[in-house]
Amino acid sequence: MSSVRRIGLATLRTLGTVLPVMLGVVVGVFFLLRLVPGDPAQMILGERATPQAVAELHEQLGLDLPLWQQFGDFLGRLITQGDTGPSLVSGASTRDLILERAPISLGIVALALLLAVLITVPLALAAARRPNGPIDHAVRVIPAIGLGMPMFWIGLLLIIVFAVHLGWFPVGGVGTGAGEPIRSLILPALAVSLSLVPPLIRSLRAQLLEVVTADFVTTLRAARIPELRIWTRHILRGGALPTLALLSVNAATLIGGTLVIEKVFAINGIGMLLFTSIGSRDFPVVQGIALYCAVLVVLVGIAADALLGILDPRLRRGSAR
Amino acid sequence: MTAPRAAARSTFWSRARRSRTLAVGTGLAALLVLVALLAPVIAPYSPTAQDLTAGLLPPSPAHWLGTDELGRDVLSRILMAAQTDLRIAVTAAIAPFIIGVSVGLLSGYFGGAVDWTLSRVVDTVIAFPFYIIVIALVFALGAGEFGIVVAFALVGWTGYARVIRALAASMRDAGWVRAARGGGLSHARVILRHLLPNALPQAVVLLMTEIVLIMVAIVTLGYLGLGVRPPTPDWGAMLAEAQPFITSNWWLGVGPGLAVVLTGVALSLVADGLGDAWRVKR
Repeated sequence: MSSVRRIGLATLRTLGTVLPVMLGVVVGVFFLLRLVPGDPAQMILGERATPQAVAELHEQLGLDLPLWQQFGDFLGRLITQGDTGPSLVSGASTRDLILERAPISLGIVALALLLAVLITVPLALAAARRPNGPIDHAVRVIPAIGLGMPMFWIGLLLIIVFAVHLGWFPVGGVGTGAGEPIRSLILPALAVSLSLVPPLIRSLRAQLLEVVTADFVTTLRAARIPELRIWTRHILRGGALPTLALLSVNAATLIGGTLVIEKVFAINGIGMLLFTSIGSRDFPVVQGIALYCAVLVVLVGIAADALLGILDPRLRRGSAR
Repeated sequence: MTAPRAAARSTFWSRARRSRTLAVGTGLAALLVLVALLAPVIAPYSPTAQDLTAGLLPPSPAHWLGTDELGRDVLSRILMAAQTDLRIAVTAAIAPFIIGVSVGLLSGYFGGAVDWTLSRVVDTVIAFPFYIIVIALVFALGAGEFGIVVAFALVGWTGYARVIRALAASMRDAGWVRAARGGGLSHARVILRHLLPNALPQAVVLLMTEIVLIMVAIVTLGYLGLGVRPPTPDWGAMLAEAQPFITSNWWLGVGPGLAVVLTGVALSLVADGLGDAWRVKR
């Protein structure tokens, strides 16, 4: 099979699974407003709204139109403008509101990703180096405990220890000045990454153990290749790809965690926008945030698959998955 | 078919009895459930009784864990919150379990178009970050117990669906399933009487893990102001109320925080122990 044809087929296959999912995401977000028990316009304006105001909002949201037409308008606006409608509070475009705050949220995501890798790799290596040793034992027990800890609680603990007592980091908000924004984002990113670390360690450790017992490692040892070289050049490489795959699987957790942690640290990113919009019942903005997050997760998944295909020759046949 | 299953069961019990993880987890969980059930009896005060003249008192013999801003006894609120939070966690876990196992069995057993369609639905749900979709759903449905239970029913089932689907697909072509079909059994009977019992251990282990996640999510929703409506006590809402006082009145946050973590750890240990005893891959 020629490589052009192969890539073409792979692209088609990806589109065949991605397009239905994208459509599903849009349908899901569209129906969010229809889940409201009773009249959404009444719910947005509250109990004491005048019937006239309710009727006006009803019309503004297009709730009088037939359902298929409402969906058509929704989809049309999304495709042409990437928007879910103007904010009911400020009238600003939802897309602009989200993009305005995207850099700070994505900053936390990137930092959390970096921290997660920095914590996971050495611990998993140490655990796999001596199976059933003390580190291995700790690494297997801690995830079970970590699972039961809400991320916002870890965030609060970090604030108490590193911001209140030690004073190394600000208690909340984002500082200005050289290096300050990064310093403000370290604790929230750490909280997010800590919630991600347990499954990562578990899986990387298992992967590394599988590689350690592989025949080729025995062969390398027999050939008197230095142990350090075997670990850095061969074993770690074997475990790196599954970790990359796992990171893409956890992209949704990472993004969701970031939005929640912004509330804990009072950071004005997309998460804060979500919670203020919920407070003011600003439906289009809530819908827009859910939609942008889901689309981002799908895109990350596609990118990770493509990257894995490039890095791992075994996946190139296209039959592996 | 009964012989191998009986054997598996006896090794399950012997492994379960030897598992320290399971023993500690079950003991802790049983204790917590007992405390939750007895909360109205053992709580020294009413969890909602306010005393504005006795607000923000530090721990003392009269109030072991102090009082909150409105003068309510923190210990009593923690105990009553155990009841609320555990009850909602268990209630909210039922529908996802049933939906997820059904979807997984159907998807894995029939394969083809059924599998393709159901898998795309799963892909769609998991494209949304879990917390974002749950927050958005609870917001739309209305904060509180009803909203939480419906939200989890809508999106909490994908974990089961994916695991059970793989399991059912691996069993579909096994000799004994073909024999059952060849013997003239209907699809429904094969799925319910033959696939389901074999998928159940895995599903139950997953259920324990999911209850932990749901409990943590409920507390998080409470923290975000989307949980149980005040004044009903909830650990998450208590932590949110405690946050402005973490430097001056630390006792407000310690109790509910420890309660959450203790419950989470107890349930995860049960899940872990069960998984080991059943030798279920997770």
